[in-house]
Amino acid sequence: MTLRILLKTVAHPRKVSKDLGPAPHPSDELAGGLHGSFQVRHVDAGSCNGCEMEVHSAFSPIYDAERFGVRLVASPRHADALLVTGPVTKNMSDPLRKTYEALAEPRLVVSLGDCAKDCGVFKGGYGVEGSVSDIVPVDVHIPGCPPHPQAIVEALRGFTGK
Amino acid sequence: MTAALMAIVQLALVLVGGPLLLGVMRKVRSRLEGRFGAPVHQPLLDLRKLFTKQRLRPRESSWLFGAGPLVLVATVACVSAISPLATTRPPLGQSTDFFAVIFALLLGSVVLALAALDTGTAFAGMGASRSMTIGALAEPALLVAILAMAIPARTSNLPALVRAGLSHPALIASPSRVLALASFLVVILAESGRLPVDNPSTHLELTMIHEAMVLEYSGPDLGLIILGESMRLAFLLGLLVNLLVPWGVADRPGALFFIIGVVALAAKVLVTGVAIATFEVFTAKMRLFRLPELLAGGFVLALLGAVTAVVAR
Amino acid sequence: MNHVSVWVTALAGLMAAIAGGSLPVRSRVGAAVLLTWVSCSAALVAAVSVLHSGHAIVMSTTKILPLTGTMLVLTPLGAVFVIAIVVVALASTLYWLGYASHGLSTRSASCALPLFVTSMILVPFAGSVATFLVLWELMALTSLVLVLTDQSRREAARSAAQWYAVMTHAGAAAILLALVLLSAHAGGQTFAQIELHAHHLSGALRGTIFVLALLGFASKAGAVPLHVWLPKAHAEAPGPASALMSGAMVNLGIYGIILVGNVLLGGGPVWWWLLVSALGVLSALYGALYAATTSDLKRLLAYSTADNMGLVLIAVGASGMLAASGSRTIAAIALVAALLLMFNHSLFKGALFLAAGAVQMVTGTRDLDRLGGLLKRMPVTGVVFLVGALSVAALPPLNGFVGEWLLLQSLLHALPSTNTAVVITVTVAVAALALTGGLTVAAFVKAMGIGFLGRPRSVEASNSHEVPATMQLGAGLLAFSCLALGLAPMLILPSLELGARSVHGVGGSSPVHGWISLHLFGLHGELAPSLLAGGLFVALVATVLARRLSHRRSRPWPALAPAEPWGSGRRTQTVRMQYTATSFAEPLQRVFDDVIRPARDLDVSHTVESHYYVERIAYRTSSDDVIERVIYQPLIAAVRRWGRLARKLQNGSVHRYLAYGLLALVIVLVVLA
Repeated sequence: MTLRILLKTVAHPRKVSKDLGPAPHPSDELAGGLHGSFQVRHVDAGSCNGCEMEVHSAFSPIYDAERFGVRLVASPRHADALLVTGPVTKNMSDPLRKTYEALAEPRLVVSLGDCAKDCGVFKGGYGVEGSVSDIVPVDVHIPGCPPHPQAIVEALRGFTGK
Repeated sequence: MTAALMAIVQLALVLVGGPLLLGVMRKVRSRLEGRFGAPVHQPLLDLRKLFTKQRLRPRESSWLFGAGPLVLVATVACVSAISPLATTRPPLGQSTDFFAVIFALLLGSVVLALAALDTGTAFAGMGASRSMTIGALAEPALLVAILAMAIPARTSNLPALVRAGLSHPALIASPSRVLALASFLVVILAESGRLPVDNPSTHLELTMIHEAMVLEYSGPDLGLIILGESMRLAFLLGLLVNLLVPWGVADRPGALFFIIGVVALAAKVLVTGVAIATFEVFTAKMRLFRLPELLAGGFVLALLGAVTAVVAR
Repeated sequence: MNHVSVWVTALAGLMAAIAGGSLPVRSRVGAAVLLTWVSCSAALVAAVSVLHSGHAIVMSTTKILPLTGTMLVLTPLGAVFVIAIVVVALASTLYWLGYASHGLSTRSASCALPLFVTSMILVPFAGSVATFLVLWELMALTSLVLVLTDQSRREAARSAAQWYAVMTHAGAAAILLALVLLSAHAGGQTFAQIELHAHHLSGALRGTIFVLALLGFASKAGAVPLHVWLPKAHAEAPGPASALMSGAMVNLGIYGIILVGNVLLGGGPVWWWLLVSALGVLSALYGALYAATTSDLKRLLAYSTADNMGLVLIAVGASGMLAASGSRTIAAIALVAALLLMFNHSLFKGALFLAAGAVQMVTGTRDLDRLGGLLKRMPVTGVVFLVGALSVAALPPLNGFVGEWLLLQSLLHALPSTNTAVVITVTVAVAALALTGGLTVAAFVKAMGIGFLGRPRSVEASNSHEVPATMQLGAGLLAFSCLALGLAPMLILPSLELGARSVHGVGGSSPVHGWISLHLFGLHGELAPSLLAGGLFVALVATVLARRLSHRRSRPWPALAPAEPWGSGRRTQTVRMQYTATSFAEPLQRVFDDVIRPARDLDVSHTVESHYYVERIAYRTSSDDVIERVIYQPLIAAVRRWGRLARKLQNGSVHRYLAYGLLALVIVLVVLA
């Protein structure tokens, strides 16, 4: 990477990152206590990884969810919310429950993708326990199979109000 | 009265400056990755939110678990107030010794490691073990670097070291001080958990050194730890820049000189932070078992600095 | 008055031993402890009066020892050591009251322990070679009896006692040789006479005497490579005995080196003190490394003793080198640092060993891998160990930090010296000091963290409970003194300075003075330990308040709640998933693999059907002392071989023995002619 390209990237990040419009109005009950800071712990409860790729894309330079105060963290103790993808398989139901219990109050759950809502194409499979709302209480759902990264970022912006 | 005020202003500078420095470093990283990144004051928002959350503690832990974050922040806050950061005559800190400052910061690290072992989990034990190993190997480099800086000035008193730099500029450019400060920088990177020693934003527990110790903390405890760590980085960088480029530090009494000192300190630490963040973008994390070689390299730098200082007199 | 207190010290100690050996079980320990306290208090009175007045106490009598008489002289230097020993003895005997039911109330133990304490207290009082050697031997024998307390139940105790017996007597032989040479050539066996005439001796003779004395005393102090008995004996001795051995007896090794090198021989050339510093550097690094990698609690503490004595030897060596090259003021500061390090070590090592003894009594094990969760079940013992651990790690606001700072300052200000040996030694010493400090921190985070924190790793640990009040009080006394001296080191510093100045003959103003902050005389170095502690305390209180205030609004959920530890969501988290002491030390062990060379055993057994399927894997690793393996074991094997060869000379024939006698007579006649 030449110095010229480097300096251009630093000076004009808009060339890479999309402009996603004005800040949404945060709904008070969700965003009121968060003060513009939202840490999320992602849990893959048995997905096909399609939603994971869209989440990865949502935090990439093109959609850049971090500029709205959202960050992915490693431990549920550090997080405000779980971001759960995929139908919950039998092996992942206990871990998902334990991860939810490890969150500190006030805590939220965001389910991502059609599989998380009603098991999607995997409904009735032998390894599937149920949808996310069968295991943990869900606060916000982001529809899509997979959801567009822009939809993911808009949903997360609703928490920080940025 | 003014003495207490100066101490409080210096403390407040480090208290607020630490998270801001963290935000600036994250912002630089984001920009170099070609994206906007979170705003510079985002860590302050994170801290504000964390202080309103619930504190959880492991069921079988003792009182030490809660004491870890407290002692960490208390040690950094105490040394920030008494060290020559904005002025060479810190109000309560005429007797601030470089060794005393280093050992006080070590107290914070040790109690945090003990608190991590109190959780009874495997990751925390791993974090404490790795952290203590790195600390043990970084300490020779650190103490010999302080020795190298103290020999020409004939004292290890911190205000005197900064004043010596101001009154004898030739001392700053001397090879012994440059070598010693290079070694000091290596130790700062190691102790603060920055690349190439430790990746502060990793999610893979087996690659964590420092983060593994704090996986169990939530709410105000986590807020105190993030605050303490960022304050420690800001404080150590402040010492580094005052020893390397002391101009701007208030050398005479008076509110105007103090304000200039505060602004100069903020600017110098900011520049250093940006430089470190830029360096981090182009560095990969070193293998854990290659770290002793890096720290041995830092020790050799410090030793060369000490030998040069002795010979040059 | 002073003479009376010395008599009371000796007599009360003797009566304590007699009481312990003759009274019935119920009262023997109590009576022995009471009389020991009387003896200790009398010694304390004598020591304080010597330090207050600056004059030595001199007493002599021809009645106790035949042929040579007894001479007791307490100088300011000796008084410093007496105070250190007395403090540890008071706490350990108080602790003994509670520990006694655990096997330390036998006649032999109750007689030996008070005698051990008395002989240790009286060694600095010795004013002649004969008195010194008698008291030294008494100290060795009584401590040997104490190490053997458990020998009927444990083979390791017997082996430890064997090693201890042989090495302490080898050391005593070296000391005997040195002192006898000295008194023979200096024309008298009292220390006063020796001091007067020592400069008449030739340089080679003085060098030989010093090296012999150094070997003997350094072995007692636990300097590497003569330390091999220390981890064994200190680990196998019962609680109060190991506290006394590590907290008081090793100090007398240092006393001996300063006595022979500085007082009796009147200082010497630089190479003497270079040797002392080299031993110190080796001990510090070796002791700290083994403390960081062992998982036996008391062995860890014993290696840490070797490490701390190494630091003291570095300070003593630096002091001697500086005095020999002309900077007497900094030499005095270095000696004050040595005495302060020694004093601090007595306090915190005593506290640590008493706490370890309590843990061993309650759980029955010393293995860190089987302990854990003890801070909640034994709160006082846990806090005592925490205070001791933070002191060893030289962290403010405790006493270890002040000693370390003073040592660093004396080394820093020694560097302007023009002597090349001094400069190189000091630089190496600072690097060694730093690495030692780091390894010690790791070792004690391991000891405290694995041993006392987390969840209990065995049934014994989870069933543990707090120890009797006398044990808590004894250990707590030492821990409290650590804190007190850390906040106000000037309580003891004037006495240490008096002792140091009397050795180096530096009169005038004290090298280290000041009330709130310590100042070095004529040098720019100051430290305000109480102000630093005050600042830390204020900051701590402010942080606690800040955390409290964060929850001022009432919420539907509790502000602080217990929860299952986060383990990546796995179904069960057993106690075995915690880190053990071995795993904690593994990164360090890997870095120092070439030095420690642990023995590794890997046993893979395959299934009968196919070589490709593994049925069982057994892995064993043990890191025993590398110096013992590389130097001592071959030496012992060689001695055995030569012994077997020599037995061929004994074939039972009287004729052959008569021939040997004739041959020896002929050789003697030829030599004399």
